[in-house]
Amino acid sequence: MQVRRPDDRRERIRVLSEALMGLADRPVKVMEVCGTHTVSIFRQGLRALLPPTVELVSGPGCPVCVTSQGEIDAAVALARLKETTVATYGDMIRVPGSGTTLEEERSRGADVRVVTSADQALSMARSDRNRNVVFVAVGFETTAPATAAIVIDAWREGLDNFMVLNLHKSVPPALEALASDPEVKLDALLLPGHVSVITGMEPYRFLPEKYGIACAVAGFDAEDIMLALVEVIKQVREQKPRVASLYGRAVRPLGNAEARNAMERVLTLKDASWRGLGVIPSSGYSLREEFSRFDALDRLGITVSSTPPPKGCMCGDVLKGLIDPPSCGLFGAYCTPAHPVGPCMVSTEGSCAAFYRFLRGRRTDWEH
Amino acid sequence: MCLAVPHRIIALRAANRALALAGAVETEIRTDLVPGLKEGDLVLVHAGFAIERLLPEEGEELERLWEEVRELAGPQTR
Repeated sequence: MQVRRPDDRRERIRVLSEALMGLADRPVKVMEVCGTHTVSIFRQGLRALLPPTVELVSGPGCPVCVTSQGEIDAAVALARLKETTVATYGDMIRVPGSGTTLEEERSRGADVRVVTSADQALSMARSDRNRNVVFVAVGFETTAPATAAIVIDAWREGLDNFMVLNLHKSVPPALEALASDPEVKLDALLLPGHVSVITGMEPYRFLPEKYGIACAVAGFDAEDIMLALVEVIKQVREQKPRVASLYGRAVRPLGNAEARNAMERVLTLKDASWRGLGVIPSSGYSLREEFSRFDALDRLGITVSSTPPPKGCMCGDVLKGLIDPPSCGLFGAYCTPAHPVGPCMVSTEGSCAAFYRFLRGRRTDWEH
Repeated sequence: MCLAVPHRIIALRAANRALALAGAVETEIRTDLVPGLKEGDLVLVHAGFAIERLLPEEGEELERLWEEVRELAGPQTR
């Protein structure tokens, strides 16, 4: 079956915008869970095309943003150890811990390296067996299988100088925490496309069934996101919430079993602390007993303390969609992408950074 | 963080690796999370690992939704 839609992209967007205007005759609060969606919505100016009844809020879908203060401090403590390399995805290096950032530690001589693939961290461990290499494993289900794959490699190769600071978190339990929070009150969720590539659709069924929340798994183009909004608003109007699949070119209903097998072999669920959301049961991944010798915290004797977030920082409320970033007293004045206070301003996917980058100069309500 | 980029597999290599092309950039990627990949396959790559094959078709739900969108948007829709 051929999709019958206008050939011209601009015409498609116009048609979608018009359909949304017609549909959204009542207030609907929609949370986009994925940081990549957040950035896409801002970059493509989608907010301007939505009817005023549609309230879009960003959720806890930026892994760097939900990493707790204590976990950042642990990464910094690892970077301070002698004969130790810390390898991390780029966004992590600028997130302020209680004292410094990984970037500041690097400027003082620590060996902190940015990688774009987990595999590069493993190569570092292979090339110098006399140094400990700690991979800061941050991310959701999209990213966790890659960590599992390199831990299996390290285990096979007996690479004992390779370790992982495992900060991986699981998306569905965080959505349950939000869905059951009486303060948050969501009508609909745009589910994360690339997390769903791994998990499939099944882990989200409880959202419509138990909480009556309309859901759509969405891709990342402007029209993907607008179509998903049409779908969830339709579900809300008809009072028939379900999990719609609108990213069929990438997401199979049962997800990627091979990737989940790798995760299952190496990782197990534990309670985890999320910035803004607190401790959520079975929402973080830790290494299974068989692979515990790759756990950097155990091996190097570092503990994760429960440290409060920076004073005045409202990242927690932003991550729950309770406030928009300009409502935070620090936003734009004391907290900017050049001098971030909280992680939502650091990560390019954070909603504070997105508001700052894309709406600065167009809105003045944060000029306190 | 969960950004994934479509790549075309150019050549399979040993040890669960392949050379893949995105735009003009060739990269070596890991293929262990998507078994049975062949040269020419289009895959989504995240953090250096292929995480799924991309299919040309969009899926039934999306096709049906477009029909509804056209109706909602009114008769002037081409």
